[in-house]
Amino acid sequence: MAVKSLLARKDDLAITANQLRKLNSEPFSNGELESFKKKLEKQGLFPLKPTGLDVFQVNVGYMCNQVCSHCHVDAGPDRKEIMTTETMQLCIDVLKESGAKTLDLTGGAPEMNPNFRWFVEEASKVGVEDFIVRSNLTIIRANKKYYDLPDFFKKHNIHVISSLPHYKRGKTDQQRGDGVFDKSIKALQTLNDVGYGMPGSDLKLDLVYNPSGAFLPGDQAALERDFKGALKEDFDIDFHSLFAITNLPVSRFLEYLVASGNYEDYMYSLVDAYNPVAAEGVMCRNTISVSWDGYLFDCDFNQMLALPVNAKGKHLKDFNLEDLKERDITISQHCFGCTAGAGSSCQGTVV
Amino acid sequence: MSDSYYDPKDLRNFGKITEWQKELGEKFFDWYGAVFAEGALSAREKSLIALAVAHSESCPYCIDAYSKDALQRGISKEEMMEAVHVAGAIKSGATMVHSVQMMNKVNKLSM
Repeated sequence: MAVKSLLARKDDLAITANQLRKLNSEPFSNGELESFKKKLEKQGLFPLKPTGLDVFQVNVGYMCNQVCSHCHVDAGPDRKEIMTTETMQLCIDVLKESGAKTLDLTGGAPEMNPNFRWFVEEASKVGVEDFIVRSNLTIIRANKKYYDLPDFFKKHNIHVISSLPHYKRGKTDQQRGDGVFDKSIKALQTLNDVGYGMPGSDLKLDLVYNPSGAFLPGDQAALERDFKGALKEDFDIDFHSLFAITNLPVSRFLEYLVASGNYEDYMYSLVDAYNPVAAEGVMCRNTISVSWDGYLFDCDFNQMLALPVNAKGKHLKDFNLEDLKERDITISQHCFGCTAGAGSSCQGTVV
Repeated sequence: MSDSYYDPKDLRNFGKITEWQKELGEKFFDWYGAVFAEGALSAREKSLIALAVAHSESCPYCIDAYSKDALQRGISKEEMMEAVHVAGAIKSGATMVHSVQMMNKVNKLSM
């Protein structure tokens, strides 16, 4: 597991232009593999257009208590990018105007933003159908000041989506750091204690599985069965759904692929598994992702590659819904991660 | 062309065998796909059988493919290694059980 962010290590791949250069080099530049653009062209999907705006995803900062080896955000304790209350207020104003049904807070660990609770309280007044907070679980047990988060989430009817790479300690700690599994289990139990994830409960608790290595996720339903069986039997834990998410070759996962000599094979796996039906349903078609400093992106991955929306207004201050609905979505080879197999989005598979 | 008999990259071109015999190639891949679908045995169980047989057949392409398949299915390292032990036990057993034939022959030839 990495101990510091790429940025802190001054790694070449901390510069997004270098990541894009890598993604556009061989095996794509020599024609061995078809580009994502070519694939879309073949099925008449290029330029990729939005279908609407249903999901308003806000990245409230890159600070995190963990330094996961697969993190596409390059998050960690050393990242200081944090959304201010002014930008949060802009988010709320734009959210009202957008008519989006889902508000999705992510990070970093969103709870580490000192304005997080204020933001949740204010944003919950907008009354979206689904208000998601993506929690890494360990933050709930990281410090006493976070112990009451399950109650706080419950009070605002937050839909909690949490990462747990595996139901076994070894695989989880290998990806996310020593001790992460035990803390995550404890956090899940405290969420269950207040009613989250229980059968029939309206307090939604979903888990995210992503592979601990250079391979694609298996069948989501089969993994959910395995997770549910093992977590119930070993720890008496309940949750609602499991989302299987493909690791995209961005940031620290890209660094891992290159350093371990798996990059080329992984790109072949993604391209071989290209699914035209998944391509039609990619999440960027109904999502806007907002960065900590208020800029607009097609998705969180494009945000991390510094590829802003292809529209006149690139910032919350210049938000123009009609203009955004007409934009061409920015693509590169990392997009193959969302179209492989059953597809991948922040809500799991898409087909 | 690679100057060794086994090149890991050749696995990527497995599907191209249909280019020289389309009908049979397609029938093979259809059948192959059907074999590994959920059935009386789960796809997970079939994956472990495939991994064990890959070893007994000494097929490096199959070992690469089904090690990865096992990871994708969330199969643990312990399960994978036990499956290979099963293959190893049967292979060794097959060698050892022939010694009965050896004993029979020696006994028959001996006074």
